[in-house]
Amino acid sequence: MKNSPSIDEQIEIFRKMHVVRQLEEKLGALHKEGKTRGPIHRCDGQEAIGVAATAMLDDTDYVMSTHRGHAHYIGKGLDVYPVVAEIFGRTTGSCAGRAGHMLVADASKGMIGGNAIVGASIPAATGAALSNQVLGRDAVSMCIFGDGAAQTGICHEAMNMAALWKLPIVFVLEHNQFGLTVDTDMQSPIDDLSIRAAGYGMPSEIVDGNDPVAVYRAVGAMVERARRGEGPGMVEAKTYRLEGFSTSDMGGYQKDEDIAAWKARDPLKVAFDQLKAEIGEDKLKTIEAEAVAEVEAAFDKALSDPFPEFELFNASAAYSEVV
Amino acid sequence: MALMRYAEALNAALREEMTRDPSVFLFGEDIGRYGGVFKVTRGLQEEFGFNRVRDTPISEQAMTAMAVTAAMTGTRPVLEIMYADFMPLTLDALVNQASIYEYIWNGQVKMPFVLRTQGGGGAGAAAQHSKSLDSMVAHIPGIKVVAPSTPADAKGLLKSAIRDDQPVVFLEHKLLYNMRGEVPEGDDVLVPLGAASVTREGTDVSIFATSRMVHESLKAADALAERGISAEVVDLRSLKPLDLNAIKKSIAKTNNAVVVNEGWNFCGYAAEISATIMDFCFDDLDAPVARVTMPDMPIPYSEPLEMAVLPNAEKIVAASLQTLA
Repeated sequence: MKNSPSIDEQIEIFRKMHVVRQLEEKLGALHKEGKTRGPIHRCDGQEAIGVAATAMLDDTDYVMSTHRGHAHYIGKGLDVYPVVAEIFGRTTGSCAGRAGHMLVADASKGMIGGNAIVGASIPAATGAALSNQVLGRDAVSMCIFGDGAAQTGICHEAMNMAALWKLPIVFVLEHNQFGLTVDTDMQSPIDDLSIRAAGYGMPSEIVDGNDPVAVYRAVGAMVERARRGEGPGMVEAKTYRLEGFSTSDMGGYQKDEDIAAWKARDPLKVAFDQLKAEIGEDKLKTIEAEAVAEVEAAFDKALSDPFPEFELFNASAAYSEVV
Repeated sequence: MALMRYAEALNAALREEMTRDPSVFLFGEDIGRYGGVFKVTRGLQEEFGFNRVRDTPISEQAMTAMAVTAAMTGTRPVLEIMYADFMPLTLDALVNQASIYEYIWNGQVKMPFVLRTQGGGGAGAAAQHSKSLDSMVAHIPGIKVVAPSTPADAKGLLKSAIRDDQPVVFLEHKLLYNMRGEVPEGDDVLVPLGAASVTREGTDVSIFATSRMVHESLKAADALAERGISAEVVDLRSLKPLDLNAIKKSIAKTNNAVVVNEGWNFCGYAAEISATIMDFCFDDLDAPVARVTMPDMPIPYSEPLEMAVLPNAEKIVAASLQTLA
């Protein structure tokens, strides 16, 4: 099928999804022990989107992510070790401990970056696409945003300009059913938010966000189209946030039957089933074990790394000479 | 030297920097085909094409956020926000985006963009098109703020702002666009950011002013001279980073300070300059610092009402006399 991932790409997606899941579960466990700092927004159940949507991109392509970006970081090629070190505020973190888990960036990989103002990733990615068009580069920009961000005013402004100027950008709507605690049907009168794309003259497709191959195909088609200079597109990937909004979420508003139904379609299981006939269950279990070991090693190493020393940031000083 | 209007000087700066550096591009409302509502970008779309001089929809929030990431990814955008009164729409992009990334991403990105806007009262444009919100942007760490008061500074500071690797908010004044002045010629004649200018030397009182208030302060200095008082007028020009040495040097000479700014009084830019003077020059002061600002109220429309709220030469004279009393 057109735009399908190769087996090697599919295996890599499977591996990265396990890296992300293990990262989330470790963070959840350490939070319970009181060993994390600040809120952490886990993406359990949403791994297929972040990992598969970014799998066909190059380092020169840009991705703008959200406050729930772990799958986007790993998908875009960041190693798990500097991400873990960043989450624990160490000098060895992607941003030397200055950013924290919501704002991770690695410009060398085109990840710029997490963004914890809901909706802000939409104009951010659009601006990078504008830059690509002004300079005539063939790189594309990808905006990952959620159903909550889709309700912001800036979403309309940015998508209108992206479509108006045929900017090389793909909007990936990670529809996880909640804006913090509020269900999507309490935020919008429509179920399929991507029908709004038609209002901008932009193509869109709805996919099963728990199916990495479906995500890859739909996003890949939009990426190719954008790279050819034919303008933006949107993919709405339906999924479900299995954990709370953040580690500080007290819960009580997600229905048990919904959680059970979506767990039965866990993207890790979907990815496993898609590959088992091709490469065998034993091989997949080995890959899974290696991913778990990689994450364990990253935590061990990061947690023994030093904290940064404080230095004033003089570049933003109020006076033009040192006071 | 060439005699130019303030708007023409800005236009020349844009043309020269776009010619010099192909990564410089402009976007904003009405700036292309029409040449900008204040005519600052006249002729530039014809010369450089739509790709580099873009008319935009009315979308200030997204435009500013887009300038931030365009700047991080290899271009030098110059964004025009038509009125300073629209600046509140740009604030997330400035406060939560542009100002943080160089630091929190540990130097991985630079942020070379300029946000040009114009403010100020006196044109009968009423409460939503007359404000000076200098302190609102100067408050944000990591954002530079510039306010030229002459055609020469308009050109030289805009060229420096475009070449700077940090975000610069460039505050023009609607009543200065037609002002004529001598402008030095040459593509590389820059006015550095962070340097004030002593517009008139004096020995009795220092008047620190911004934008159009520099000209009101010069009129006030003439009136004070008739009373035998020698006022020094310092054009701060670079609101941030601030030229603290120029302030210290002037107060060491005059021992008296008046601060003039068109923004609101409470938590305003003049309040910050006053506090800075207290922090660094207290021992040199003979009297408390005086402020001449806009009262804390909306700007009215009717001419006598608008004139009543705007700072002017008469109010600057009165404040100076009170300081020296």
